[in-house]
Amino acid sequence: MAKVSKKKASKKKTRSGGAEQSNEGHPDVVYDDEKEEDATDEDITVEDEDEHDERKRQKLLEAIGTLSGKRKKTLGERSEAAVHMSEFTVNAEGEGDKVDLSDLIGSIEKTPGLSGKSKKRLKNLEQSRKTIECPLSKQESERIRRDLAFQKVSKEVSHWKSVIRQNERAEQLVFPLNQEPSGPKPIERVVMGWKAQTPLEQEVFTLLSANKQPINDPILTPTEEASMKAMSLEEAKVRRAELQKARALQSYYEAKARRQKKIKSKKYHKVLNKAKSKDFQKQFDEMVKRDPAAALEELNKMEMARMQERMSLKHQNSSKWARSKAIMAKYDEGARKAIQQQLEVNKDLTQKLVTSLNKEEEETMEEDGNADVVPDFVNDAEQGLDFSNPWMTGKLSQDCVEKETSNAVTIRAEENVAEEEEVEETEEEVLLREFDSRRKRRQAQEADAAVILTEEEEEENKDASDKEEEELSEFTSLFKGIAEGCGEADTAAELEKELKIRCLEDEELLTQDKEAEEEEEATDKGPVVPQHPPATENGQKTGKSRKRRKGIELKQVLTKGAQVLQVPFAPTIEDAEDSEGKLDQRGLIKEAFAGDDIISDFLKEKRKQEDAGKPKVVDLTLPGWGEWGGGGLQPSCRKRKKFRRKMTPPPPRKDQHLPGVIISEKRSSSIRLHQVNALPFPFESPSVFENTIRSALGRTWNTERTVKKVTKPKVVTKLGAIIEPMTREELVKDKNRASAGSSSSVKS
Amino acid sequence: ITKYVIVTSSNLPLFAPILQPPARYWQELQEEERKDENKVKNDAEQSKEAQQQEEDETQKAKKRKQDQSPSDGEKKSDPFPGPAPIPEDRLQKFKRKDKLKKVTLVFHLISLFLRDIIARSEDASEMAQKQAARFDLLLPEEAGFLEGDEDEDTCMISQEDIAEAVDITSGAKYFNLKLSQFGPYRLDYSKTGRHLLLGGRRGHVACIDWTSKQLMCEINVMESVNDVKWLHSEAMYAVAQKKWLYIYDSNGIELHCIRKFNDVLRMQFLPYHFLLATASATSFLQYLDVSVGKEVAAICTKTGRLDVMCQNPHNAIIHLGHANGTVTLWSPNQKEALVKMLCHQGGVRSVAVDKTGTYMVTSGMDKKLKVYDIRAFKPLKSYFLPAGAACLSLSQRGLLSAATGDVVQVYKDVCSMPVTKPYMAHRLRGTVWGLHFCPFEDVLGVGHGDGFTSMLVPGAGEPNFDGLDANPYRSAKQRQEWEVKALMEKIQPDLISLDPTELAQVDQATWEQRHQDRVEVLGFDPLAKEKFVPKYKKKGRSSAGAIERRKKQVAHEEQRDVIRKSVEDKVKMEKERKERERKKAALSTQKSALDRFKK
Repeated sequence: MAKVSKKKASKKKTRSGGAEQSNEGHPDVVYDDEKEEDATDEDITVEDEDEHDERKRQKLLEAIGTLSGKRKKTLGERSEAAVHMSEFTVNAEGEGDKVDLSDLIGSIEKTPGLSGKSKKRLKNLEQSRKTIECPLSKQESERIRRDLAFQKVSKEVSHWKSVIRQNERAEQLVFPLNQEPSGPKPIERVVMGWKAQTPLEQEVFTLLSANKQPINDPILTPTEEASMKAMSLEEAKVRRAELQKARALQSYYEAKARRQKKIKSKKYHKVLNKAKSKDFQKQFDEMVKRDPAAALEELNKMEMARMQERMSLKHQNSSKWARSKAIMAKYDEGARKAIQQQLEVNKDLTQKLVTSLNKEEEETMEEDGNADVVPDFVNDAEQGLDFSNPWMTGKLSQDCVEKETSNAVTIRAEENVAEEEEVEETEEEVLLREFDSRRKRRQAQEADAAVILTEEEEEENKDASDKEEEELSEFTSLFKGIAEGCGEADTAAELEKELKIRCLEDEELLTQDKEAEEEEEATDKGPVVPQHPPATENGQKTGKSRKRRKGIELKQVLTKGAQVLQVPFAPTIEDAEDSEGKLDQRGLIKEAFAGDDIISDFLKEKRKQEDAGKPKVVDLTLPGWGEWGGGGLQPSCRKRKKFRRKMTPPPPRKDQHLPGVIISEKRSSSIRLHQVNALPFPFESPSVFENTIRSALGRTWNTERTVKKVTKPKVVTKLGAIIEPMTREELVKDKNRASAGSSSSVKS
Repeated sequence: ITKYVIVTSSNLPLFAPILQPPARYWQELQEEERKDENKVKNDAEQSKEAQQQEEDETQKAKKRKQDQSPSDGEKKSDPFPGPAPIPEDRLQKFKRKDKLKKVTLVFHLISLFLRDIIARSEDASEMAQKQAARFDLLLPEEAGFLEGDEDEDTCMISQEDIAEAVDITSGAKYFNLKLSQFGPYRLDYSKTGRHLLLGGRRGHVACIDWTSKQLMCEINVMESVNDVKWLHSEAMYAVAQKKWLYIYDSNGIELHCIRKFNDVLRMQFLPYHFLLATASATSFLQYLDVSVGKEVAAICTKTGRLDVMCQNPHNAIIHLGHANGTVTLWSPNQKEALVKMLCHQGGVRSVAVDKTGTYMVTSGMDKKLKVYDIRAFKPLKSYFLPAGAACLSLSQRGLLSAATGDVVQVYKDVCSMPVTKPYMAHRLRGTVWGLHFCPFEDVLGVGHGDGFTSMLVPGAGEPNFDGLDANPYRSAKQRQEWEVKALMEKIQPDLISLDPTELAQVDQATWEQRHQDRVEVLGFDPLAKEKFVPKYKKKGRSSAGAIERRKKQVAHEEQRDVIRKSVEDKVKMEKERKERERKKAALSTQKSALDRFKK
């Protein structure tokens, strides 16, 4: 409601503003109007009753107006000046002018109550032309406030992030939190955790604690302990004397140091320094033996000092003093000396004495015999040198140089005839080396070649023999097949062999075996055969593969030699009781001609299946399009070739290496409906998911404990317990736990 | 040892108080905890050399202390610390697939969340495996075997000798039923091995509690009987008669005559799917769901008379043998054979698959006995039997029985080792017609022309039975309970496939393929749009031209919709692209901190 009323008010304002503008155009007219209004004013005041009626009428009109549906402009009661109404308004003077600051401040001069200071300030304000930036709009300021509030709150909430993550990752959550574990507790815990509960107990305990009496382990009271700790008088005296002495000594020492510091003699300082350094050396040596760690620290300090010296220009000749001395040096012996001295100092300071010390240290370490105690990085500077890297050794390696020289020499040798002896020698060496390497290379090559050659020969031989064997076996088998009619059971092994071979070279065999069939096939697959040029075209490759396959097959045949079983008793009744004599006869006939058509039938079927699985070539040629068409006219060869779409070959069949097996490639749709077809949330690879569900969950396959573990619910709540939101204390505890966990993980 | 004590106490004042025996054991606990904390801290400060040395010393000292403590006699150490070890082979037995290799798991690419899940599942499966291996201890029985004297063949030992040598109850398991009147018998043992069903060719059907030799029922169906089979329990059985398939209860009352199943020659019952698979003379392979009495699938195999049949207990695939020497594998979900293998030169006479679904044994007209690895479809062994084998049966422990004429031979380890001699042999009075090993018993039932013989074959049956699955000693109440549970755990026929673990694989087919499958299963396309059929209007407004116009209008509207949508999409894409470009431009105009190095 409030908003609506506000809006109305603003509308009114705008409307009145518009009125003002229009007023500006004809001020005098308005004036006249107002005058008239003034005149009428009196009448109205007189005729109060009439006015009331007027209002009522207005309202009525308004009501009627709203009835018609179109809203009329409501002319409310006026408080400001406008064109259309003049009855009750007051005309503002200077209407349309902008209000100036001076207008507002102008009256200040006259007011006596104001202090001079504020007046001055106001004046300054008047003089300054700067306008204050208008305040941000309400929306913007609110947005900023909201942003800030959001940031604050999100920061606060993000404290809980780790807890949430932990809970998400937890295997099981038990609510309410902080439940005490059920089950019997050890009695000691109970006793230790005991607290005073009854008022009497509490009073007793307050008394005890107020008097500093021991509560748990009554051995000594704190006061007793304090008294035990207290010293005797003599001891105290001795201690005081000691302290006094120490203080005196310290003051003497300080005084001495101050005095020494004031001494300006250079010679004295030199001597002092020398003594100090000597002393230090001695100490250091001792330290190396006694406390290598401290020695190392000392070393480090020295190193640091050296570094600083090298970095600074303190003892270089670039300081102001040094430059002035340099200018003077030409003429003044003393200045020259001074500069030299300074440079010497610099040299001394920047000299690397670490190495020698290090060596010393190592030696001492070895002497000590506990080499394993020596910290590793003591040796780093010396032993960490990488010999392969010439920059690390500090000098270029000898070999490099030698090579370079030799190279240069060879080049020169080509150019010049006259040479020095040394050079000659090197050249000879180079040549020798070259020869040697060449010889070696040649030998290796020869050996390789020999190996390859022999292998190849062997392979060839093998191949040839294989081929021969193959052919022979084919012939023999065929011959036998023709001669004996494949009736006897003794030839079973050969028949099997034949089966294998046929599987491999079925096409050829079939052509030899049964021409009629082949012809049939040819007629059947007339259009197909040229489209899939069979293996015979690129003979070598297929031949090789065939050989390889044949090897495998033969092996299989070898392992599959039928073993004759010995039976203790021969069957007396040979299926004589079979009531179906006909069937038996048929069986006998089948037995007699077994293996003849069975195998070829099977192979045919297999081939058929394979062909069915292959994608067909799609022919998109439109006859008569772009050329002559009609009866007996074939589209051109080029066109047919162009519009024939070859499909991508299917994945290899599952039974491609199993000659005696046909495995159906049809997708079984029934089980697919029950399989998972979209990986659940955190998983990204199917293999991982499959692995996680690899073990069964049910009671049929698992022990009871496993089932319980596997089917543990994610959230457990206690019946009837109130689950309260987590408190801040929980957060702190969790943090501690998390840190402990991380440290443990680091440990492990 | 005392030296060590001195060393530790002098060098390490920090741990000196621990050497004294604490007053309370929990105090010691606390101390140890503190120690651990110390250790952690020390570990954290590994950078400092000196501290590490100290740490080493402390650890050494700890070790020393540990060494020394048992000798002091304060604690008795466990001679076998940790959980009992599990033999590797037993663990291997319960292994399910390999663990994920670390190589495939590129850990830094996997989210923490997933890592947790993987670790947890690994844990669970490892625990399952270990626990199962551990509980294998609870299978106390061992399989028996027959061992001959020196230079005595086990195959020469007669059944009478064995029956005399063994205890009375076992000896009573060798018996003959002389039923010469109703001709060669087929037989079937129930899943628990307690009940025997006999079906004589000339119509005699009998069920017997064979251990107690109690006759449950005996009827003559007055028709030729081709095959008999127990259903899921001993309360019902199916009989394939001359024309139809009948179902009787254990009292011999005819429950159903199923006319949909005609000329059935052989039957197999898939116990976990409650499916009765039948092979008929009309070359139909049919599946009957016995829990709801519905025909699940009827497949025309187009291979002639089907009189050789067996099931693969591992994956519930039906194997059929054919006269052209092939063995085909079938599931109810596919109208064509899953696999077709050429096994024999002549017709196939019998097929058997072992319990684990690893080996298939076939015998053919070419008098050969072949062993195949049915997982890879590769031949393993080939034997030549002088007379060929008419019937084959594999026992639970992998013994093979083969019947040639009137002789039954039992072979041991046919699949794994080359065999030259049978393990046992027995001559019967008539030609063998049916052959079956009894589950959980060392008994081979042989149905022949002159009745039935129950043979003793030591080492044939599984010595340990699963009481929840097939309990030979269950009561009627237990049987009822089992029945309910089994029905609830019934596996749907949809899930029968060559690889039983296929269900746990992720289907990576495309959406189109899946939709196609769905259409195939449902028989219609659920997402297909309805075809517009114009309403009939009167007053000559349904003239052919008007109808055509209306149709065209609708089609036009649809096309417009499509076009509108595509245009909207295009506009949207364009907008998005522009937005992206704008952002890119804004980014590129932004100055980076490295710009100062650019020239």
